[in-house]
Amino acid sequence: MDRRSLIAGAAILGAVPLVRARAQAANTIKIGVLNDQSGTYRDISGPNAVACARQAVADFGPRGFNVEILVADHQNRPDVGANIARQWIDRDGVDMLLDVTTSSVALAVNDICREKNKVHINSTAATSDLTGARCAPTTVHWTYDTYMLAKSTGGAMVRAGGDSWFFITADYAFGHALERDTGNFVREAGGRVLNAVRTPFPGTTDFSAFLVQAQASRCKVIGLANAGSDTTNCIKQAAEFGITRRGVKLAALLMLIPDVHALGLATAQGLVCSETFYWDLNDRTRAFTARVAPQLGGAKPASTQAGCYAGVLHYLKAVQDMGVAQAKASGVEAVNRMKAMPTEDDCFGAGSIRADGRKIHPAHLFEVKTPAESRAPWDYYKLLQTTPAEEAFRPLAAGGCPLIRA
Amino acid sequence: MDELFGIPLPLLFGQLLLGLINGAFYAMLSLGLAVIFGLLNVINFTHGAQFMMGAFAAWMLLNWFGVNYWFALILVPIIIGATGIVLEKLMISRLYKLDHLYGLLLTFGIGLVIEGVFRNEFGSSGLPYRIPPELSGAWDLGFMFMPVYRGWVVVFAAAVCLATWLVIEKTRLGANLRAATENPALVQAFGINVPRMVTLTYGAGVALAALGGVLAAPIYSVNPQMGSNLIIVVFAVVVIGGMGSILGSVITGFGLGIIEGLTKVFYPEASATVIFVIMIIVLLARPAGLFGRTA
Repeated sequence: MDRRSLIAGAAILGAVPLVRARAQAANTIKIGVLNDQSGTYRDISGPNAVACARQAVADFGPRGFNVEILVADHQNRPDVGANIARQWIDRDGVDMLLDVTTSSVALAVNDICREKNKVHINSTAATSDLTGARCAPTTVHWTYDTYMLAKSTGGAMVRAGGDSWFFITADYAFGHALERDTGNFVREAGGRVLNAVRTPFPGTTDFSAFLVQAQASRCKVIGLANAGSDTTNCIKQAAEFGITRRGVKLAALLMLIPDVHALGLATAQGLVCSETFYWDLNDRTRAFTARVAPQLGGAKPASTQAGCYAGVLHYLKAVQDMGVAQAKASGVEAVNRMKAMPTEDDCFGAGSIRADGRKIHPAHLFEVKTPAESRAPWDYYKLLQTTPAEEAFRPLAAGGCPLIRA
Repeated sequence: MDELFGIPLPLLFGQLLLGLINGAFYAMLSLGLAVIFGLLNVINFTHGAQFMMGAFAAWMLLNWFGVNYWFALILVPIIIGATGIVLEKLMISRLYKLDHLYGLLLTFGIGLVIEGVFRNEFGSSGLPYRIPPELSGAWDLGFMFMPVYRGWVVVFAAAVCLATWLVIEKTRLGANLRAATENPALVQAFGINVPRMVTLTYGAGVALAALGGVLAAPIYSVNPQMGSNLIIVVFAVVVIGGMGSILGSVITGFGLGIIEGLTKVFYPEASATVIFVIMIIVLLARPAGLFGRTA
């Protein structure tokens, strides 16, 4: 063999992987998990949301196409999140963005996905605007939203006699939406909203000044329209200042199981909160938890992380149903297919996705157990009541989503 | 008169007191920063991480070894101070001949690494640390319900600040220290071991941060980002007080705590920014800071 044919041969051999890679890219669904990997919302989204997404891929099994998962930290900043989303879609060919914690980031990414015709499955951002005024044909909002939290937790507090409220609100899209939605329920039930303070986010660690203001207003309920360590700090400091001992109730409007874990049962006992998934709810949720737990570093999955699992699973079913090429070509088509198919998974059971992108499933109201009632690590909740799926979320017509009128 | 600018006076008193408590943290942390900057000329951006390590060390001592709060108050500054000494010997001491910027970059980077390691190990939502039983409960001051523990924080922090100031201004050790700040070569010529003094000063500054961390553990959630939330504010406090000025940083720390507290009543949305607005105004009017000497 002469030198020339040797070189030509080498060139051809070198090109083979390239051709194969291109064929592979056409047959690969790329999922980008964009959430908080390092800040206050890390434990309710973060690496464990990624682990749940991977679990969905594993449970779905090999079905003739590949699934690749990318991960990035948006640091709870809309500008950072929007930049990553654009890069992922334009340069890396990402087909679906998942989780997108923090409502301000989620709203920015929502617009980008609409513009670029890519799927946005949101689990951890809570603003109900994602399926309301700012809804998009490319969006599915999975786990919860501010309306559902307000109705379940806020409604329960009002029924228990808490008719005058003072809000401590995280000063960004999520806090504003939660305060607005809860305030509406309070007023509908004949209660009053006395006042609200807007606390800078992120970066507030001492809430005592706001708690003392709330106490001075002589309200019956302090509504915590915040999340993560903001909520746990508020609860801790309210106990320290004897606010709860004086009969004022705290409404932790968005409290998830990692927050309860952080507080410890001694501080958190007796609080009520609303979730759509609890690891110890039934045999299927326990089976899912047993599968995914080894990847979670000792924690149990939060509802928001379970939402990532269920969202990915349903998306992959839709992709298989319509074909990879078509799913990659149009995010709107993929989401339409997801809406047309009933959902079914271990975490949320049977459900559906509405025309406005809202995933529908029952909402559970829990009370945090006392240390004596808790028999095992992460055994934290007592089920108080369940709101059926049709009543748990905002009625389709009331959200003001432009997709509905069309 | 029971109102001022439409705010009931009792509420205002309450906010002043709460501001003073936050000011105690600012004062203690900025004191450590000022001491380190005064002698080492290094802006110690690891300070926030060292504050966080102090809180975590208290948590570990309690949960892993059963060591209670009172012993943690003594042990933690020693342990974390020792890690500071190692850090100074191994890394920071190599940068004294270079521009300030290198020290800032190094300590900032180390801070990020420490924070990342703790986040990997403990997650971000934080760990519970109970208020010691001797300090739980609260006093009813009439205008407000005052937790005993917060009162303890103010008194203890003020005492630590005063003691540090006395050591630096009134003792022979402090005199040597101040002299070494002015002219290290000359002080060394008098037979004083300046490099060792520098190392110990860094250790002491770090110990102050760790002590702040122990004080903070029962009231803030013990989480990896607790220091980075504070360090920027504390840095602003040092700048306003005058870089390297001990008394300046203490007074400014308490003062800004109070101003921040008042902002939380009148315009809560701005409570995270008010300190920086003041910093800009002070830098425009007095570039060396309120208590700094012009270079």
